[in-house]
Amino acid sequence: MIRKSSVLVLLIALAAGSGSLLAQSLNSGLRGPTPLNEEGPAPPMTPMRNTSEKEVRNYPEQPPVIPHSIEGYQIDINGNKCMSCHARARTGESQAPMVSITHFMDRDGQFLASVSPRRYFCTSCHVPQNVVKAPITNDFVDIDTLIGRTAPGGQR
Amino acid sequence: MSTADPASPRRSWLARLWNFIVELWDVLRRPSSVFGLGVLVFAGFVAGIIFWGGFNTALEITNTEKFCTGCHEMKDNVFAELKTTVHFSNPSGVRASCPDCHVPHNWTDKIARKMQASKEVWGHLFGTINTREKFQDHRLELALHEWARLKANDSLECRNCHSAESMDITKQSPRASVAHQRFLFTGEKTCIDCHKGIAHQLPDMKGVPGWQ
Ligand code: HEC
Ligand code: HEC
Ligand code: HEC
Ligand code: HEC
Ligand code: HEC
Ligand code: HEC
Repeated sequence: MIRKSSVLVLLIALAAGSGSLLAQSLNSGLRGPTPLNEEGPAPPMTPMRNTSEKEVRNYPEQPPVIPHSIEGYQIDINGNKCMSCHARARTGESQAPMVSITHFMDRDGQFLASVSPRRYFCTSCHVPQNVVKAPITNDFVDIDTLIGRTAPGGQR
Repeated sequence: MSTADPASPRRSWLARLWNFIVELWDVLRRPSSVFGLGVLVFAGFVAGIIFWGGFNTALEITNTEKFCTGCHEMKDNVFAELKTTVHFSNPSGVRASCPDCHVPHNWTDKIARKMQASKEVWGHLFGTINTREKFQDHRLELALHEWARLKANDSLECRNCHSAESMDITKQSPRASVAHQRFLFTGEKTCIDCHKGIAHQLPDMKGVPGWQ
């Protein structure tokens, strides 16, 4: 009799425990409250940031983010819309910054006459920004803050 | 007939034609003995409307997206590509269809364009671009024709919907307002100089001015 009731209690406890465990894992993360076996509503599309204002790079090697919309810009074997403004010869008319000299270098550090094939597909490194509220916060700290350069009396 | 020289069959043929014309003119000149003048004028008026209308209707039918995409050459290539662009669906719900950009709204230009376009029927029959590969091979040539046409008419078709005068540059993106002020409003450039490939994918752009 005692054995039977203790097994029952154990089962109930297990069921309750796994239930809350499951519920917890299902509701956490970026997908929000939608259960795993259901598809939630798609978040609304947001426009691309199109202010044309330079964004601060987080570290010196960072490919700068694109401060303008690139909707419908074709980049393929036939043509590269980005280069119609960012190519050396086009910058007078477009007033866009020229692709930097690193874009002309091949893997051996040789400078080519035009943009190196490995830099042809601009959007594999440069991305536009959409106007969204980030679902998670970012605790990235840049090098200046890290070594205390921004604090009075910090490093130079 | 009396003037005809039997030794020259050529002249007699001409003379007979002349006689016929003279007789016809006589008939046409004589006042009608059956219908009154008012009735005749009215009948001519009605017939005119019918012929003119029929001609225009035929033109209108050939002036729809449905007609243009009736040919697979147009449907599988340029139409398929148009569907992903802002000119096919946008927040304002205004669609630019093929004739909006490709056939001038001005009537005489329209006729000129139709006569030119007859070559497309030959192209269709002989299959000049009946596969995607052949289309891609010809694409630059076709695009060059369109660019030249839009350049020559100062992007007339674009301006049927967009006009430089009604552009509010304060509401445009910074790049757009700068470019339009520097080059469009000064008349230095026209829409198609800067806005190639807005409705379809681009052909091989090597050597096209402004491209690499
Ligand atoms: C119509 C001309 C034009 C086209 C096309 C264009 N850009 Fe730009 N881009 C500019 C201008 C002008 C700037 C300078 C900032 C501004 O005014 O928007 C700029 C800025 C940038 C910057 C920021 C540079 C920095 O130092 O912060 C990046 C990165 C960039 N563009 C990448 C691209 C990529 C990638 C494409 C193609 C997908 C592209 N651009 C297409 C005109 C253009
Ligand atoms: C492999 C990654 C990569 C690709 C591909 C690439 N870039 Fe960059 N780009 C960078 C990095 C990293 C920087 C910043 C450091 C530098 O200037 O080299 C940069 C800098 C730039 C800048 C700013 C230059 C300046 O002096 O302010 C522009 C503009 C730019 N890229 C445009 C382009 C365009 C246009 C393309 C496509 C033709 C392209 N990039 C392809 C990595 C890339
Ligand atoms: C009979 C089938 C057919 C129909 C219908 C048709 N097209 Fe075409 N179109 C073609 C073919 C084939 C070509 C390629 C002609 C060539 O080889 O020069 C072509 C070429 C074109 C070109 C390039 C013109 C040039 O000067 O090179 C344009 C623009 C075009 N079509 C637009 C249209 C529009 C707009 C319509 C509707 C009014 C339309 N087409 C209806 C078959 C068709
Ligand atoms: C039937 C009218 C019509 C014609 C003809 C037309 N457009 Fe448009 N265009 C529109 C509409 C509508 C929009 C979208 C407006 C919006 O964002 O709601 C648009 C948008 C655009 C845009 C902005 C694209 C973007 O990504 O926001 C450009 C650039 C443009 N048109 C250029 C042209 C050029 C160049 C031509 C001539 C070859 C042309 N248009 C012919 C109606 C037209
Ligand atoms: C000197 C080159 C140039 C000329 C000429 C030009 N545009 Fe633009 N236009 C631009 C640039 C650059 C942009 C912004 C980048 C983009 O949309 O790709 C732009 C953007 C636009 C937009 C989108 C507006 C926005 O806020 O982004 C429309 C619509 C447009 N142009 C229509 C036209 C029409 C119609 C004509 C002819 C009457 C024309 N443009 C002539 C360069 C030009
Ligand atoms: C918003 C204007 C616009 C609309 C709408 C449009 N076109 Fe075009 N079309 C162009 C322009 C501009 C070109 C010149 C090439 C380029 O810049 O892409 C062109 C080029 C073409 C060509 C030559 C081949 C090529 O791709 O360059 C054909 C064929 C054509 N269009 C057919 C059509 C048909 C069929 C439709 C309707 C399904 C259509 N177009 C709708 C603007 C338009």
